Amino acid sequence: MRRIGGWQLSRKVNEKVANLKPSGIRRFFDLIIGREDVISLGVGEPDFPVPWKIREEMIYSLEKGITSYTSNQGLPELRNSIAEYYEKFGFKPDPDNIIVTTGVSEGIDIALRAIINPGDKVIIPEPCYVSYEPLSILAGAEVVKIPTVPDFKPKYEDLVKVGKAKAIIINYPNNPTGVSYSRKDLEEIADAAVELNAIIISDEIYAELSYTFKHTSIASLNGMEDKVVVLNGFSKSFAMTGLRVGYAIAPNEIFEAMLKIHQYCMLCAPVTAQIGAIEALRNGEADLERMRAEYLRRRNYFVRRLREVFDVRMPDGAFYVFPKINANSEEFAEKLLFEKSVAVVPGSAFGECGEGYIRCAYAISMDKLKEAADRIVDFAKRMI
Amino acid sequence: MERAEEILKILEDNAKVSPKEIAEILDLKEEEVEEMIKKLEGEKIILKYKTLVNWEKLGVEEVYAIIDVRVNLTREKGYDDIAKRIAKFPEVHAVRLVSGEYDFQVVVKGKSLKDIAFFVAEKISTIPEVRDTVTHFVLRTYKEEGVLLFEDEEDRRLAIVP
Repeated sequence: MRRIGGWQLSRKVNEKVANLKPSGIRRFFDLIIGREDVISLGVGEPDFPVPWKIREEMIYSLEKGITSYTSNQGLPELRNSIAEYYEKFGFKPDPDNIIVTTGVSEGIDIALRAIINPGDKVIIPEPCYVSYEPLSILAGAEVVKIPTVPDFKPKYEDLVKVGKAKAIIINYPNNPTGVSYSRKDLEEIADAAVELNAIIISDEIYAELSYTFKHTSIASLNGMEDKVVVLNGFSKSFAMTGLRVGYAIAPNEIFEAMLKIHQYCMLCAPVTAQIGAIEALRNGEADLERMRAEYLRRRNYFVRRLREVFDVRMPDGAFYVFPKINANSEEFAEKLLFEKSVAVVPGSAFGECGEGYIRCAYAISMDKLKEAADRIVDFAKRMI
Repeated sequence: MERAEEILKILEDNAKVSPKEIAEILDLKEEEVEEMIKKLEGEKIILKYKTLVNWEKLGVEEVYAIIDVRVNLTREKGYDDIAKRIAKFPEVHAVRLVSGEYDFQVVVKGKSLKDIAFFVAEKISTIPEVRDTVTHFVLRTYKEEGVLLFEDEEDRRLAIVP
């Protein structure tokens, strides 16, 4: 065994993998395991089960014995539905440019592997979702992180300063900050991408959970259609997390490359989930509306409560609040867990500049949210 | 008006949410919410606050029956007149004019099957405009007012998810 950069390396394991930092979330997960009394605001997935219509449709498909592979690209009916559905976010993609993936997670991986050559730069505005950096590294990229505190929006000057980059990964509404980008913000990012000649990988998984303004896909901006890989899915909008179904919309050349990887590493997304996804787009609007309304109520309530003790930016979407706590994130989160049995995720898990913040997911029932708010406020008051 | 609707949606789901909490949820002032609720009560848009009880769980026997009622209309007596007459009996829980083979769907609550059978025979069937009735006794209720009366799924999510 030899040590490089503090991490143990063994020859059995690929160096890049061995060098990946362990997830900052994992440790917290281990602390909570087996504790029943904890109210967890650490869960980044809907608390609603998959709407019953969708489940019924999947059950029926299983009864009929629909269990085989689908085409690599995904069921044509689903791709057509996605193409039509995406019009609400500003553009109608060609169904032939859509790949149904096993969630956005796969989409990020194959998009990066499709475009990155060793040493290419990938710009990642932080704080951000935990998989962007490791997947970029595994794809052979050199990662350039751009801190976006305090307003959590990437700026044109910061982006173009990098000089040259192959890709920029954005996510809006954002996990962990809940911040979304307006048309003006998007234009700034698009201009920077054009200047850098970089592809934008746009993770729009929380698009449906936008509260302050309508979600616009960056691919719908003038001249951007062939410079953006859009990633989205059914996990957050239709509460279908465990079913693993998402999609990528990519310009021709990149699409071909992504499909090549997808066909070898995934073959196709699970057929049952694809059938559920068709039903979601066909008849899921009312369920979606119900869930969105509930999240919005919780957001308003929870932010108002947190503002009693913290500086909180009102999130525009998703189901996260990212308050500034003026303390060490990890210590704060750990103490809160041990003293008040409330679990949150330290902001530092989402990038260095997330230090001093915590992520609270309000995807829990209003009753529990109230209890959690009481405990956090009480805890913070004693700390100050 | 939009705000009123939002307040009503919250109260329709849970009448116990306080004006203070509603104000927090909708980003309003507590007094504004109180005022709006008073107004809605005054205008009889909010009719009543009730509690949904699962009596069966307590072991209290309650008999429900759904009675289909077919009526003959006359120049003097239309649907409204007949419905009002039926609705005034305290035993009657709900009265609805419905489409299909029958005219009214009447929900009746009583202590026993006999109780209800006699009530129908003596009070409903004897109304001159009532042509015939069919009584369905409720054997078990699975969902009431949008609330499931059986154990639903539990939360199986992991405690921390990125």
